[in-house]
Amino acid sequence: MTEEIIIAGFGGQGVLSMGKILAYAGMMQEQEVSWMPSYGPEMRGGTANVIVIVSDERVSSPVLQSFDTAIILNQQSLDKFESTVKPGGLLLYDPNGISRPPERDDIRVFKVDAAAEAARMSANKTFNMIVLGAYLQLNPIVELENVIKGLKSSLPERHHHLIPANEKAITRGMEIVTKAS
Amino acid sequence: MSEIRLMKGNEAIAEAAIRAGVDGYFGYPITPQSEILEYLMMERPEERTGMVVLQAESEIAAINMVYGAAGTGKKVMTSSSSPGISLKLEGISYIAGAELPCLIVNVVRGGPGLGTIQPSQADYFQATKGGGHGDYNLIVLAPASVQEMADFVELGFELAFKYRNPCMILSDGLIGQMMEKVEFHEQKERTKDFDQSWATTGKTKDRERNIITSLNLDPELQYEHNLKLQEKYKRMKEDVMFETFNTEDAEFLLVAYGSSARICQKAVDVARSRGQKLGLLRPQTLFPFPEEAIAKLSKRVKGILAVELSAGQMVDDVKLAVNGRIPVHHFGTPGGKIHSPDDVLKAIDEKLLGGF
Amino acid sequence: MDINEIIKPENLVFKRTELMTDKTLSYCPGCGHGTAHHLIMEVVEELGIQADTIGVAPVGCSVLAYEFMDIDMTQAAHGRAPAVATGIKRLWPDKYVFTYQGDGDLAAIGTAETIHACNRGENIIIFFVNNGIYGMTGGQMAPTTLEGMRSSTSPYGRDLASMGHPIKMTELIAQLPGTVYVTRQAVHKAANVRKTKKAIHKAFEVAKEKKGLAFVEIVSNCNSGWKMTPVDSNIWMEENMFPFYPLGDIKVDGKIVKDLMSDLM
Ligand SMILES: Cc1ncc(C[n+]2csc(CCOP(=O)(O)OP(=O)(O)O)c2C)c(N)n1
Repeated sequence: MTEEIIIAGFGGQGVLSMGKILAYAGMMQEQEVSWMPSYGPEMRGGTANVIVIVSDERVSSPVLQSFDTAIILNQQSLDKFESTVKPGGLLLYDPNGISRPPERDDIRVFKVDAAAEAARMSANKTFNMIVLGAYLQLNPIVELENVIKGLKSSLPERHHHLIPANEKAITRGMEIVTKAS
Repeated sequence: MSEIRLMKGNEAIAEAAIRAGVDGYFGYPITPQSEILEYLMMERPEERTGMVVLQAESEIAAINMVYGAAGTGKKVMTSSSSPGISLKLEGISYIAGAELPCLIVNVVRGGPGLGTIQPSQADYFQATKGGGHGDYNLIVLAPASVQEMADFVELGFELAFKYRNPCMILSDGLIGQMMEKVEFHEQKERTKDFDQSWATTGKTKDRERNIITSLNLDPELQYEHNLKLQEKYKRMKEDVMFETFNTEDAEFLLVAYGSSARICQKAVDVARSRGQKLGLLRPQTLFPFPEEAIAKLSKRVKGILAVELSAGQMVDDVKLAVNGRIPVHHFGTPGGKIHSPDDVLKAIDEKLLGGF
Repeated sequence: MDINEIIKPENLVFKRTELMTDKTLSYCPGCGHGTAHHLIMEVVEELGIQADTIGVAPVGCSVLAYEFMDIDMTQAAHGRAPAVATGIKRLWPDKYVFTYQGDGDLAAIGTAETIHACNRGENIIIFFVNNGIYGMTGGQMAPTTLEGMRSSTSPYGRDLASMGHPIKMTELIAQLPGTVYVTRQAVHKAANVRKTKKAIHKAFEVAKEKKGLAFVEIVSNCNSGWKMTPVDSNIWMEENMFPFYPLGDIKVDGKIVKDLMSDLM
């Protein structure tokens, strides 16, 4: 199994940390992983993206032009990455702020109202975990238990009390993901 | 006990430095390698091992701190990225001239000038052909994974001390910024009984004075010194390192190092799945360069494509090794962009297969 | 009342200088760089010297100053702006030449160039934006970072014993005979903006007289680097930066006007 994922959105949406937790979770279940962020000053407020690869084999190229899954959190990223999903692949997006929804019909398109749900749960910081939950519902490449372990390794000790809230957000994401019509 | 962590390449270098028992690090912030200094400051290595870490006022100051400290026989290092390395070159030339061991990390970004902070391999000439003034060479290691970023720290010091020569880890923003699994060795003790026969540690009655210098006013002596250096650079060939993938039955060969080699691995996988007999040779040392291995393979394959994130630098060394036996092509992306496996595949079709 | 009755010259209270380009500033919201840019360009416009002014941009957050200031500019290597400006000024002695530099650029890697341009009394202006941190590269310790202040390379706070003291570059160069006008200002409040503009005017006057170097420090916030909201960072600046970097003129007409000894303590 090799899963090649791009996660893209605004800086500050937790794009990089979502990817990190996924990579940690893969590592916890003894898989090979790589995490390659876009970096630079554009991170302060502009767009951010990260390529995560989880595989049973040694990861070759950490930079790619086509993906099994694209997780998309803003319009610019949708415009840029919709065409990069491999035929038969998965596109998961948050419709918040999307004015031109995905158009391809040769891929699986799902949406998760994560921004709205995070606001409803008064837990804006767990927005990215709702998205992660939605993804894992569609493509359970890593087990929830390993995600929690991943969270523990990626968060500093002083933030460990936030883990239950993140777990709740992941579960909520799993529940609310829907197929885009 | 060894330990597996998920880390950025830059962080792995810093952690490996602490564990390798490095005595000192001197650096100045520059993207995309600032995590090395930041990680070291966060980890408080002065408490873990007694390692000294200092943020210098400039790269020039940092390399001269290294020059001074390396002259005392200790294990010291610095790191920077392209514009900063350019500033260090004067100091590096002095260090090479004075034959001091040290480790210099270059996490390359795109140039020339201030350029871009995106990954690049355009400092190959600078790293492997000397860079600063005079006939000198660095030992140059080219990691292609976060694991090698860590492993090459210890290897780099080993070689630097073996030859009393500065060693450079030539990485780039891609390997520096990406996270992968990395396994660390257990903590090594910092060396207590280091070789002081040549170092400035304070003259004792039982030995001659030790002078660290690169100056020779006597032309005859300078000439002798240069011959001795060249002799040393030749000896380094015994430490050449490279990896091959699918070369056993390959009809065509890619040569690539560092991040570009990672991208090429994927291209080789895809080409193989299409039935194209493609192999890859990945130099792990760029100086010494695996010229013999390439020469040998050039007797078996029909053509070679050198793939690098530059307008064409390593390709010259591949051509020298092949010596006209078979066609050697180049595919490169100069500073700013990174080629993808698909781009490499296209180049293989156009340049390597198209010509036959 | 019809809106067109209001839009007439006599009602104009503020006009954006023509010498700022239409390019959106790349600075974080709340940063002082933008205001400093505007003030310099306003003065150049008021003096009518656009065609006679050449700026030198540093390496730092203001590396793109040449995108925003509508004058001829050269972008220098990190720390070298005063040397670049010297080269320009010596060959074009009748032009106004200024550098615009951050604290890392001017007081760390560029210390030698700064001190020697000041000491030679180059007839240039140096604008020095001191935010106590390396903004551009993501918040590392700067030479002007205060004692105990946290940054990504002083994560436990600046420790004087191992990292040295914050450097008062402006007081230092005031003691060199080549400097004529040396001042420290701020741009976070309207009153400060007015004072800074006056100081910039004075600096250009000094440059015109060719009596030596004019040096204008602007103490600024860096809310991203300090990890604060813009408002909090301005309060923090007043409470922490200003006591150590007190505002006001330090040298006027070649004479030191401030008790430097007590201040250097
Ligand atoms: C030779 C060299 N070394 C390091 C850098 C990386 N670098 C870019 S800006 C900067 C510091 C900027 O800080 P400052 O001058 O305080 O300006 P600010 O960004 O805070 O406005 C550094 C170290 C570089 N570009 N060139």
